[in-house]
Amino acid sequence: MTTLLDIHDLHVSFPDGDGARVRPVDGVSFSLERGRTLALVGESGCGKSLTSLAILRLVPSPGRIDPGSSIRFGDVDVLALEGEALRRIRGRRIAMIFQDPMTSLNPVFNVGDQITEVMHAHFTITRRDARDAAAELLQEVGIPDPRARLKAYPHQLSGGMRQRVMIAIALAGKPEILIADEPTTALDVTVQAQILEVLDRLRESHGMAVLLITHDLGIVAGRADRVAVMYAGQIVETAPTATLFANPSHPYTQGLFGSVPRLTGPLARLSPIAGNVPPAGRWPTGCRFRTRCPVVHERSETEPPLLRVEPDHEMRCWLAGDGPR
Amino acid sequence: MALGAIVLFGLLAPLALPDPAAQPDLAEGVLQPPSVSAPFGTDELSRDVLARVAAGTRVSLAVAGLAVALSASVGALIGVVAGYRGGIVDALLMRFVDGALAIPRLFLLLLILAAWERMPLAAFVVVIGMTGWFGASRLVRAEVLRLRDADFVRAAEALGAGSGRVMFRHLLPNTFGPLLVAATLAVGDVILLEAGLSFLGLGVRPPTPSWGGMILDGRGVLTVAPWVSIFPGLAIIATVLSVNLLGDALRDAADPRSA
Repeated sequence: MTTLLDIHDLHVSFPDGDGARVRPVDGVSFSLERGRTLALVGESGCGKSLTSLAILRLVPSPGRIDPGSSIRFGDVDVLALEGEALRRIRGRRIAMIFQDPMTSLNPVFNVGDQITEVMHAHFTITRRDARDAAAELLQEVGIPDPRARLKAYPHQLSGGMRQRVMIAIALAGKPEILIADEPTTALDVTVQAQILEVLDRLRESHGMAVLLITHDLGIVAGRADRVAVMYAGQIVETAPTATLFANPSHPYTQGLFGSVPRLTGPLARLSPIAGNVPPAGRWPTGCRFRTRCPVVHERSETEPPLLRVEPDHEMRCWLAGDGPR
Repeated sequence: MALGAIVLFGLLAPLALPDPAAQPDLAEGVLQPPSVSAPFGTDELSRDVLARVAAGTRVSLAVAGLAVALSASVGALIGVVAGYRGGIVDALLMRFVDGALAIPRLFLLLLILAAWERMPLAAFVVVIGMTGWFGASRLVRAEVLRLRDADFVRAAEALGAGSGRVMFRHLLPNTFGPLLVAATLAVGDVILLEAGLSFLGLGVRPPTPSWGGMILDGRGVLTVAPWVSIFPGLAIIATVLSVNLLGDALRDAADPRSA
């Protein structure tokens, strides 16, 4: 197993208007292996999207990635890249698809132009070859009659079709890593499953690593190899998917599971987590989840590090069995 | 439709009409009222007014069209750069535009035209074009600011589009709708502006026929031969009206909400 992307102690900060800086991403570390899927799970506002944007150095102004953070892609230090070198990574080696396929496609260009544009940006390829490759990609993402669809404009396609097109565009650069930021949130449930299916299939056939960002634990099972749960700018629990589902340990993770309806097992009331994620800058001292935590206790006043629950399973909670690593 | 008819008239009518510069009969043919042989009458140099109106159509529409194309291009370029780059570039460009918009265009033009007396027609077009792009640049900038954070722009950046590509391939084409509407309406303004300047003797120079210049020519004989001024005046009204109707129609087509 080769580590493709290694993120260490990532901090993203924004000025808060009073001269200080708030950190919506505050010390996130994870790594992504070739051919694997890592799911980054959390509620809105926990910093997961910002983390993914930071990987491509697309943190919107006036935000910035703070010194001390490290993003290594193979032997490339992503944070040291500038200009053309950065552009050569984006789309070519790390591609990204966004949440809303309704707005992520340029409304004034047809599908074929948008796919081939990425190819022309990264490869030396004739227009004809690019068209052919684009049609193949559309075929791959499951769009019927791909030749004809090349001429379609985004408004002529349904949401699911647009997300497939978006995936085809992302694949046009033959990336090694695909970041999927809530790829199915804007879609119908039935379409969701199809899109996830496509992503799974492509990951295998292209040998890509996938960073799947979602708030929905339901789509993680059976797809991700590993899960990292984020809360308030930090990873609060990380484990292989099977381990995490068998033994969700952090009270926040348990809360997330409690909020998902189950079709099997005894009938139980849904137990949503009380309240919302507090905005960055208004996070409590000590454990950041303690204002909403059902099992808050006196040690929560000190901020817990990532502690070992069992082998290859860590969480940021003092309740972890055998104390500090 | 109406505008198409006017353009066709300007292009085709000269084929069937007498030479607009011809002065066939300086003794008897001057200031003839409209008749079968000269439907719009003749002027004080016995020139056929219909032929001159037709020739003026080409001049006026070409001046207006080219000048607006120039302003729209320059305005789009400045607007997209200011909007996408932001920061100091945006601040400098937009303060310049603010300053330029504070100067009435007509006075600016009068000043330039008074300073440069024998201005060739091409230079006249450039001067009108270069004094008209300020509004277009603000329009495009506003659109770009609205679109800059759109997902498809973020997506283009994430997939390796450089800033030039984002500006000119992704942002600019998305501003064409409002820009086209504004430019069409600007054509009407520029026709009026050109007519006004020519009427003042500062725009298109005789003997090149232009509607404004023809109204000026007819001013002295307005009481005895009103047709010399009336027909170019009607041509201006008809053209500006049809241009504005086209602009409104384009606006409705571009924005379904206002239909």
